[in-house]
Amino acid sequence: MKLYKAGAAVAAAVALALTATACGGGSKSSGGGDSAAGGKKIVIGIKFDQPGVGLKTPDGKFTGFDVDVATYVAKELGYEASQIEFKQAVSSERENLISNGDVKLVVASYSINDKRKEKVDFAGPYFLAHQDLLVRADETSITKAEDLNKKKLCSVTGSTSAQNVKTKLAPEADLQEFPGYSECLTGLENKAVDALTTDNSILAGYAAQEKNKGKFKLAGLSLSNENYGIGLKKGDKDLQTKVNAALKKMVADGAWDAAVKKNFGPANYKNEPAPQITEGS
Amino acid sequence: MFDFLDSGQYDLLGAFWVTVQLTLYSAAGSLIWGTVLAGIRVSPVPLMRGFAAVYVNVVRNTPLTALILGCSLGLSQTLGITLGGDTFKETGFRLAVLGLTAYTGTFVCEALRSGINTVPVGQAEAARALGLSFFQVLTLIVLPQAFRAVIAPLANVLIALTKNTTVAAAIGVAEAALLMKEMIENEAQALFEVFAVFAFGFVVLTLPTGLLLGWAAKRMAVKR
Repeated sequence: MKLYKAGAAVAAAVALALTATACGGGSKSSGGGDSAAGGKKIVIGIKFDQPGVGLKTPDGKFTGFDVDVATYVAKELGYEASQIEFKQAVSSERENLISNGDVKLVVASYSINDKRKEKVDFAGPYFLAHQDLLVRADETSITKAEDLNKKKLCSVTGSTSAQNVKTKLAPEADLQEFPGYSECLTGLENKAVDALTTDNSILAGYAAQEKNKGKFKLAGLSLSNENYGIGLKKGDKDLQTKVNAALKKMVADGAWDAAVKKNFGPANYKNEPAPQITEGS
Repeated sequence: MFDFLDSGQYDLLGAFWVTVQLTLYSAAGSLIWGTVLAGIRVSPVPLMRGFAAVYVNVVRNTPLTALILGCSLGLSQTLGITLGGDTFKETGFRLAVLGLTAYTGTFVCEALRSGINTVPVGQAEAARALGLSFFQVLTLIVLPQAFRAVIAPLANVLIALTKNTTVAAAIGVAEAALLMKEMIENEAQALFEVFAVFAFGFVVLTLPTGLLLGWAAKRMAVKR
């Protein structure tokens, strides 16, 4: 009887693990390819919840810097704007979306790092962002990372920025973690928190939103380097070369500058110049 | 395959310890609050019965995430109620216990009320005939028998509560689900392995609870 119960416990655990694996691997769809019947299409993964970077507006349109880059690259690959299908790429799912073939490209504030390169390849980088702070417009007491140790901070649960604060930047800071940045803005406005931290590109997007204009500003600290790349299937050198060429052209013909101005401009955000392309050929 | 566990970067036991603490505090709180609620729901005063019925139906049917986020965004961030916590860590933990207690208490209340219905009417009538007050009838005669009848359903509530503590990650309480998010952020190449580790952790927590309380339910039940 006892043995039976222990066996049942193990079987249950194994079954759980197996079903978990199955739901990821089972969703083989024909997305991302050109195979869709009647006219070719390209599926691109973007963020849906980051104003200025990648945002799905209530009326179903897509705006943001990543969207502009994705549209430009897709055009260079031979797809008109109407042939692009945008799919939400949540941070933790980006690698799987690419390796399952659900999307062809991921342009979603996707920082290039070695762990991620184990599973996907990158083109780019097309943008250099830094971890920074969003503070109330009248805030003057934060000038360097050490100042944060006595402050109340807010970031997104489990994000790289939150981990940076805990392990490196300001271990003694009082850090509140929420599922999204919007929740942090509530606390920032009500003075329950002093600063919101993540990549400056995302912060600039929030500061530039119509409803937040004049309330917040960027502290302008460069706390880390985040090189955003375009994620694509591992080993697809051909696509990587084409995307890199498209990014180079975008910078050269001024479309890159225009996109930065359009999306981050209102926040008084000083962007870095377009980074050198380092991935692939 | 599970080499990400060896890096020493993640305090897996610490995170699960917070989960256990959340469960224990909320379990104690919701047992007390649920019993009080059940008492109010069967009380002779219609106004009190009405209050408890409305409370149970509103809170039970509100998504837990909404309740917990409401505690944090509404009470703490907007109204400045911190329940005596100095840091977000303390405040978040206390708010999570508050939210979980308010929510789980309704399920304890309803389980207990079904237990009260298993106690034969003659018991309460006999007690009343002896001259006991409503409070005495409830605490001396009815509730002790009711509790022994509902150990198994209460075990279900406790198991659900253990898993519901993961919602506390939504307000930044550093328990298992929050650590899982961190690990997924860093170890996306091992997504399913990370998931399996946490699924296994919760099975380890909840299976013994179910077996132990199932055994207790058989031992304690009033034979009728």
